[in-house]
Amino acid sequence: MIAPLLSLTLLGLALGTLLGVAARYLRVEQNPLQGEIEEMLPGSQCGQCGYPGCSAAAAAVAAGEAAVTLCPPGGRALVEQLAAKLGVSVDLAAIQDQGPRVAYIHERRCTGCTKCLKRCPTDAILGASRMIHAVIPDACTGCNKCYEACPQGCIEMRPLPITVPQWYWPKPVPAL
Amino acid sequence: MKLFKIRGGVHPEDRKGLSSERPIEPIPLPHLLHVPLLQHVGAAANPAVHRGQTVRKGDLLAERQGVISAPVHAPTSGRVVGIGRYPANHPSGLSVPTITLQPDGEDRWSDALVGTDDPFALPPEEIAARVAAAGIVGMGGATFPAAVKLNLRQRYRLHTLVINGSECEPYLTCDDRLIREQSEQVLDGVRIMAHALGVGHIIVAIESNKPEALAAMRAAATGRAEIEIAALPTRYPMGSERHLVFTLTGRESPARGLTADIGVVVHNPATAFAVHEALRHGRPLVERVVTVTGAAIARPANLRVPLGTPVAHLIEQSGGLREAPARLISGGPMMGQPLPSTRVPIVKGSNGVLALTAQEVNRREPMPCIRCGSCVGACPCGLVPLELVARTRAADLEGAVRLGLMDCIGCGSCAYTCPAHIPLVQYINYAKGEMAARGRARHKQIETKRLAELRSARLEAAKRAKREAMARRKRQQQAKAEGETPPLGNAEVGTNAEARP
Ligand code: SF4
Ligand code: SF4
Ligand code: SF4
Ligand code: SF4
Repeated sequence: MIAPLLSLTLLGLALGTLLGVAARYLRVEQNPLQGEIEEMLPGSQCGQCGYPGCSAAAAAVAAGEAAVTLCPPGGRALVEQLAAKLGVSVDLAAIQDQGPRVAYIHERRCTGCTKCLKRCPTDAILGASRMIHAVIPDACTGCNKCYEACPQGCIEMRPLPITVPQWYWPKPVPAL
Repeated sequence: MKLFKIRGGVHPEDRKGLSSERPIEPIPLPHLLHVPLLQHVGAAANPAVHRGQTVRKGDLLAERQGVISAPVHAPTSGRVVGIGRYPANHPSGLSVPTITLQPDGEDRWSDALVGTDDPFALPPEEIAARVAAAGIVGMGGATFPAAVKLNLRQRYRLHTLVINGSECEPYLTCDDRLIREQSEQVLDGVRIMAHALGVGHIIVAIESNKPEALAAMRAAATGRAEIEIAALPTRYPMGSERHLVFTLTGRESPARGLTADIGVVVHNPATAFAVHEALRHGRPLVERVVTVTGAAIARPANLRVPLGTPVAHLIEQSGGLREAPARLISGGPMMGQPLPSTRVPIVKGSNGVLALTAQEVNRREPMPCIRCGSCVGACPCGLVPLELVARTRAADLEGAVRLGLMDCIGCGSCAYTCPAHIPLVQYINYAKGEMAARGRARHKQIETKRLAELRSARLEAAKRAKREAMARRKRQQQAKAEGETPPLGNAEVGTNAEARP
């Protein structure tokens, strides 16, 4: 009677300890979700979300501290992706997506102070001291950093121009 | 020859009688020609002329940029009066880079253009190169650079060239007329293309509602064993490449793949004609036949039009408008696109200008789907359009993709049969466009992420270098303070000390 009880208790204890130890030593340092979310974020580390960068933002989203709508440069497409990933529902129609925007420098007023150039997280601005600066739209994430930095106020955030091959029909307005 | 039956499809009223008996006519030159530099799939051509320059007909206006691109030539002699942007022949109403030419009225060909008497003596690469230099693109509307398709021989084992003379869109008659009136030249172009492709078998496929074109081709091909003329059943969308090849061979090419995968290359008769002109006479593609028709047109016609001619000029030459059209379309009624205005120019891919009356359009308000399944029966690709649209409406594009959204050829058969008048194709086109836009956004994100990482790495390296330099200076000052002699064996510190007096 005592032998099976004892052996089962011992077995239970041993396995329990093993699990406890394993949990301590094999612990996953980071929430794996965080990594996946970080992959989805634009990666421009612009800080518009209020976090120091995309990985901090991803951590906050993974921990449920931040809404899926946190990242303005990501736009509606990102919200949709994040919502699908986390299984939360959002009213997509309510999100104001201005569409992708990129910086544009009004050349006449640019003094070539290089302030914008130094702040751009993706090196999308071309220029040198006392030269007119210009933005490469393909590399600009629309993070607003240069816009805020320019002392001349000569940077404008413009909607990304659509070209003929990229244009497509809008979604039909449902009649019913 | 034995034909295979395609799945689905519809029988729209063909309405070809309006213009099919009207021979191809030349038209007087307009005051200005607006020649777009993007008349093809791929990269826009790059201007090779400057403002004020005089050009002869056939001179190069803009050269191609990259492999998937096509050059643009002067459609007549005259003066370049502008290089800028002009509204495109495209439903968006957006502008594209355009060269504006003022004709001098002489319409004189350049002297530099020379053809060859025996194109069959040229190596295949040379033919493809000449076709590329002539700016020839698929003239059935797809506008894919023709030379790229002629070079498929390098990557695929080809055996058959199919000439797609089905012209299955209602109203259009330009290919029909071209085959009837210039069958010799078309066939010559076809044979040159077959030579370039290295194939020994040619099928010229024409729908059976064009008996005269069939007869003309048969007459032109007599005595040539390698050429077969096929009378296709009249059914829309017979002209879709995949469906045409299936009808002729009974073999399916992969969805979204190339028919070259099963050894077949498809070209359009107007493209063949352009190849004939380019090889025999050295003439680049500067004009095409356009059908101007619809009940709102006073005198429907088939016109030979210099590229860049405004649509309004064509309508004028066809007797003007009988009444205000309910719809103006570039292309056929099934797959054509609304014209944003009549100012826009005719381009290499324009096969028709339709001015349809309200009666012809028969537009009605959409009603809810009654799940009748008509669209499923009509879809030639075996898709379930109502489901694709339901997913698209619910913003579940991934779901639509899983159901085969990307296999849709946009033929419009589903919307044509739908008794509830649901604009099925518009939903599908939106969904396809949105998916493409997402793909581009994803691509950009990957690129910008890489740029951001490169920059962080660079800043990090700069910071480290600074820290090290500071540490070094500190060490050096310490050494100075300790004894006036710097420790030997540290050359770096030594040189630094020398530099500073
Ligand atoms: S707003 Fe978006 S892109 Fe900018 S730091 Fe936050 S997560 Fe990254
Ligand atoms: S911050 Fe403004 S003024 Fe200075 S270089 Fe940039 S655009 Fe020019
Ligand atoms: S779903 Fe696409 S391929 Fe099928 S009938 Fe509609 S438009 Fe044509
Ligand atoms: S044809 Fe129209 S009404 Fe019928 S199932 Fe398709 S979408 Fe619905």
